[in-house]
Amino acid sequence: MSQTNAIEARHTIKAFGQGDSAHRALDDVSITIRKGEFFTLLGPSGCGKTTLLRLIAGFEMPTAGDILIDGAEVTDLPPNKRPVNTVFQSYALFPHLTVAENVGFALKMLGRPKAEVAEVTARMLALVKLEHLAGRKTAQLSGGQQQRVALARALAPHPKVLLLDEPLSALDLKLRKEMQVELKRLQMETGITFVFVTHDQEEALTMSDRIGVMSAGKLQQVGSPREIYTRPVNRFVASFIGETNFLPAKPVAGGVKLGCGAVVEAEGEGHTLTVRPEQLRLVAANEPGAIAATVENLVYFGTDTHLNLRLSDGEALVARVQSPPTGDAGFAMGQAVGVTFLPGAARLIRD
Amino acid sequence: MSRAEDRQARASTRNGWLLSVPALLLLLFAASGPLVIVIVYSFLTPGQYGNVVWGFSPDGWIGVLFTRDIFDDTLGLADAHLTIFWRSVKLSLETTVLTFLAGFPTAWFIATRPPKARALWLFLITIPFWTNLLIRTFAINEVLRSEGLMNTVLMKLGLISAPIQVMYTDTAVLIGMAYVYLPLMVLPLFAAIDRFDMKLLEAGYDLYASRWQVLRHVILPIVKPGIVAGSILVFVPSLGAYVTPRVLGGGKNMMIGNFIELQFTQGRNWPLGAALSLLLLIVVMVALLVYVRAANKGSNPHG
Repeated sequence: MSQTNAIEARHTIKAFGQGDSAHRALDDVSITIRKGEFFTLLGPSGCGKTTLLRLIAGFEMPTAGDILIDGAEVTDLPPNKRPVNTVFQSYALFPHLTVAENVGFALKMLGRPKAEVAEVTARMLALVKLEHLAGRKTAQLSGGQQQRVALARALAPHPKVLLLDEPLSALDLKLRKEMQVELKRLQMETGITFVFVTHDQEEALTMSDRIGVMSAGKLQQVGSPREIYTRPVNRFVASFIGETNFLPAKPVAGGVKLGCGAVVEAEGEGHTLTVRPEQLRLVAANEPGAIAATVENLVYFGTDTHLNLRLSDGEALVARVQSPPTGDAGFAMGQAVGVTFLPGAARLIRD
Repeated sequence: MSRAEDRQARASTRNGWLLSVPALLLLLFAASGPLVIVIVYSFLTPGQYGNVVWGFSPDGWIGVLFTRDIFDDTLGLADAHLTIFWRSVKLSLETTVLTFLAGFPTAWFIATRPPKARALWLFLITIPFWTNLLIRTFAINEVLRSEGLMNTVLMKLGLISAPIQVMYTDTAVLIGMAYVYLPLMVLPLFAAIDRFDMKLLEAGYDLYASRWQVLRHVILPIVKPGIVAGSILVFVPSLGAYVTPRVLGGGKNMMIGNFIELQFTQGRNWPLGAALSLLLLIVVMVALLVYVRAANKGSNPHG
């Protein structure tokens, strides 16, 4: 028997509004999230990722399609009947309750004995390292502490799936980095499936086991961070995650022909060649096999230097080279250079 | 703080006091003055044709609870007075509960409308304030009386065969007071619900609370300040209500307010009237203190 999945959404459609003005926030999305994985829904605002999360939580009902949690159909169940809990973007902590009462809320609602509520609450507070604040009101806490209370509160009933709706967006950069590590640790320790929603590609790449990239209500690609970064399936994924060069290309014998006339090797199919800036090598202008280019501009970023190049047919290309100890990458504006791609770096995609 | 700043701050404090002098004088004479007169009158001897005669007498206060037998001059508990006190408290509490039960859904409805519609609904809620209380009360009379709107409709529908006698009962007074004081409950409730973060509802449902549990454990505790304010605003004037029990309760279903009025007119016992007024004041103050304390209990452990 195959293992059941934590979440399964089948041909899910969510439309807001009526008739002609109806807007499909989710347009026929099917997705499978495995048990115990850290799954991230990544996309720009308005792409439907939060809507999908709210459908899983039960705050919205799908216009069409089914949602299964742990193999059981939950499409028509209200949120309080679903074995999932949510960490809200605004935390939504109960202001009239103490930290401990917030954390124990779900178990109390489930009618668990007092001793069990107290025991689990203490364990959860220890898990997020807030034992010393158990008696405080939530308004007296800092943003980072509120975040931890929200996490402990959602984890206390030991849900099958924990849903996190951009929980780190309100924190400053340093705290955000800390919480990223913290979240990953919590996920490992509890073994609970995490579904994390974010628009921050770096957050997605560093924390996730798998990422689902969304745009315009559709799921564009699902894969591990490495797959998503190295093998984007379309222009949206390639440009949304990291920086990428796009060049029109025509398949010919022995590779593809670029607009400037150069023939290079590339994997995949399609009429657009993609290559990451850090996968380019700059060589002498007259080196055989190299594509001729002119340096138009140099931008120093500390660890590396970005070079804006122009090919002979007018196409722009960005290269990223590591800065040497002197900081001077050794290029000047207007200089003629040769460009080569690292083996396997160039990929063709369909738009 | 520099000396110049210090001087400036002191000058602005002094100006503040000077500016509030007219209001303070008005309060002193218009609030404390009459109160002192009432206190003094409650300890005087009743005059033959109303008014008071100078001369100390505790009879006004004794008369609050006791009556003197006309034949042998012994004191006996005044059952009629106790009935009136009890009816006043009971009707006021019932009015408060009724306005809450009707006002909470109303306030919730208004607070969850889009901002533009909200203004319109609030406007509609406040319209009755523009009409004279007496006229509004007679309007209720028109609805409740035997040949009135309610009975006519019910009889036409065949739901009842004879008119229901509602007028001149405690029920009529209760309906009238609930109608009159409803806006006073709705407005503070609306203010509290308006501040309520609707995300907390989702959080409640998400954490396995049923609809009822969300109401009981999330909404009500958070909007409690609004409930307390509304209850005070309804209970206090209900306890002292005069017009509504007079018009809808007829002569016999008196509340404290009518009873006090009686002492200053036909009763010709001003000291008793003054003592009753003060009793009402004390009861309201004690009730408020107890209520506010009980309501704040637990919600502010540090305060």
